[in-house]
Amino acid sequence: MKKYSLPFLTALIILFIWQAAVIVFKIEQWILPAPSQIFIAFWQSRSLIFYHLVPTVTEAIAGLVGAIFVSVFIAVLMERYQIMKKIIYPFLIISQTIPFIILAPLLTLWFGFGFLPKIIIIALVCFFPITINLFDGFQGVDHSILRLLKSMGASQKQIFKLVKLPASLPAFFSGLRIAAAYSILGAVVSEWMGANQGLGIFLIRATKSYLTDRVFAIIGVITILSIGAVLLVEIIARISIPWHYNKLKVKS
Amino acid sequence: MKKPPKLGIKNLSVTFETEIIKNISFKVDEGEIVSIIGPSGCGKSTLFNAISGILDQDKGSIEIDGSTEDQRQGRFGYMFQEPLLFPWLKVWENVMLGFEIKGLEKKQAKTKAVDLLKKFDLFRQANFYPDGLSGGMKQKAALLRTIAFNSDILLLDEPFGSLDAITRSALHLYLLEIWKKLKLTIIFTTHDIREAIFLSDRVYVLSKKPATVITSIKIDLSRPRKIEDQTSEKFVEIERKLMSLL
Ligand SMILES: Nc1ncnc2c1ncn2[C@@H]1O[C@H](COP(=O)(O)OP(=O)(O)O)[C@@H](O)[C@H]1O
Ligand SMILES: [Mg+2]
Repeated sequence: MKKYSLPFLTALIILFIWQAAVIVFKIEQWILPAPSQIFIAFWQSRSLIFYHLVPTVTEAIAGLVGAIFVSVFIAVLMERYQIMKKIIYPFLIISQTIPFIILAPLLTLWFGFGFLPKIIIIALVCFFPITINLFDGFQGVDHSILRLLKSMGASQKQIFKLVKLPASLPAFFSGLRIAAAYSILGAVVSEWMGANQGLGIFLIRATKSYLTDRVFAIIGVITILSIGAVLLVEIIARISIPWHYNKLKVKS
Repeated sequence: MKKPPKLGIKNLSVTFETEIIKNISFKVDEGEIVSIIGPSGCGKSTLFNAISGILDQDKGSIEIDGSTEDQRQGRFGYMFQEPLLFPWLKVWENVMLGFEIKGLEKKQAKTKAVDLLKKFDLFRQANFYPDGLSGGMKQKAALLRTIAFNSDILLLDEPFGSLDAITRSALHLYLLEIWKKLKLTIIFTTHDIREAIFLSDRVYVLSKKPATVITSIKIDLSRPRKIEDQTSEKFVEIERKLMSLL
C-alpha cells in the first residue's frame, strides 16, 4: 500500500489547488467547475449515470471478449503456419495506422445503431495489442526448451500445449491490460456515432447543455472504469500466472 | 554370448560451418558411468545433441543395445547444460512432465512423480516454483525430471558445472545413490578432472575443437565411493596421469 501513498497524496494536493483556484479567481462554473461541484453533480445524477453506464460496460466486455477470441485465433494461426505469418503480419502492422473510429459511420450504415457495430469497433481497437503480444510470446519461447522437448520426441501439439501456451501467458496478459483500457474508451467513442443510452451519448448531451460539472463527472466515471478494467485484468493475471509474479519478486 | 554394449558410437562426426566433432567412437556398457572430459567449447554439448538425435548435421552410426538407431529422439534421458525447468510449473509438476511426455496418464504420472520426489529427497520442495530454488535443488529437480522421462540411458551435460564446490560434492553422492538404486547407465560431460575420476568407471578425454577422443582411462577405484577417496593415493595418481594428457 505504501507505494501508492505518494501519488494519492499528489492527487489530493492537485484537487485542493484546483478547488482553491476556482474559488479565488471566481471561475465560472460552465468553464471550470470546482471538484466539490463536480462531486455534487455526480451525486445528483448518480442514477442517470448508472443507467448510462450499463450498456457502455456491456459493450466494452462483449467487444473485449470478441477481441480475445479473434486475437488467439490469429496468433495461433500465425504461429502454426509460417505462410500465414507472412500474409497476416504486414496487414496487422498497417492496420495500426488506421484509426478504427473512422470506420464507425460505415459500420453504422451497415448495422444500424444497435450493439453490433459498437462491439465490432471495440473489438477492432482491442485485438491488436493482444494479438501482437501473444504472437511475440510464442516466438520468444526459450530455444533451449524447444530443443529439450525435441530431444524427448515431443510432438508439435505437445510442444504447443506444454510449452508455448503457458510460456506466452505473461505476454498475453500484457496485451490484455492495454486492450482492457482501450475497451472502455472504444465503447464511449462508438456511442458518439449514435445511441440511446450509454456514457458516450450521455457525455455529448451534457456538453451540449453546458452542464460542465456533469461532463467532468462523466469523464471521471469513464476514467475510473478504465482503471477498474485494467485492475481486473491484473487480478486475473495474478491468479492465473502466480509463477510469473514470484519470478519478478525473486529478481528484484 | 557377450551382451552388446548399451550404447555404441561409431565414427561420429558433426560439421556446422566448420568441423566440430571428428570421428569419435566409444562404447558404454550397461550400468556404467562414463565421463567425457574436454575443454570448454570443444564440442561436448554438440556431441550429446548428436547422440540424442536432434541434429541433422551428424554422420556415423549409433547403436543402442547392439542395433543401429537412426531415430533417437525420446530414447535418452538428456539433461541439458542449463536446468531448463519450466518456470510455470511447480517442482512436482516439472517432474511429472517427464512422465507425461513419455505418455503416461496424468493420474499415474502424478503418483510416480510424487514417489520419485519422496524417494530422492526433494519432496519438501515439491510445491516450490523453480525460481524459488537454490542452484543445487534446481539441478536435482532437473535430474529427476530427466529420469522420469527416461531412465534407460542418461546423458548429463555438465550437470554440476554451475554449482559451488560444497553443493557439487553433495550432488555427486546424490547422483551415485540414484545410479545405484535405479541401475542407470550414465554418460556425463565435465571439465573437472576430479569430478570425472570420482564418479566414473571410464573417462574419455576429448581434444580441442574439432573434438576427437585423445585417450580413455579406466578408473578402477572400488565402489561405493566416498568423498574421502579423492585424497587416496590411487586417486591422486590417476589425476596426475589425466592432467598430463590434457
Ligand atoms: N547449432 C550450431 N551451429 C553452429 N555452431 C555451433 C552450434 N552449436 C554449437 N556450435 C559451435 O560448436 C562448438 C562447440 O560447442 P559446444 O558443443 O557447446 O561446446 P562445449 O559444450 O564443449 O562447451 C562451439 O564453437 C560452438 O560455437
Ligand atoms: Mg557445453
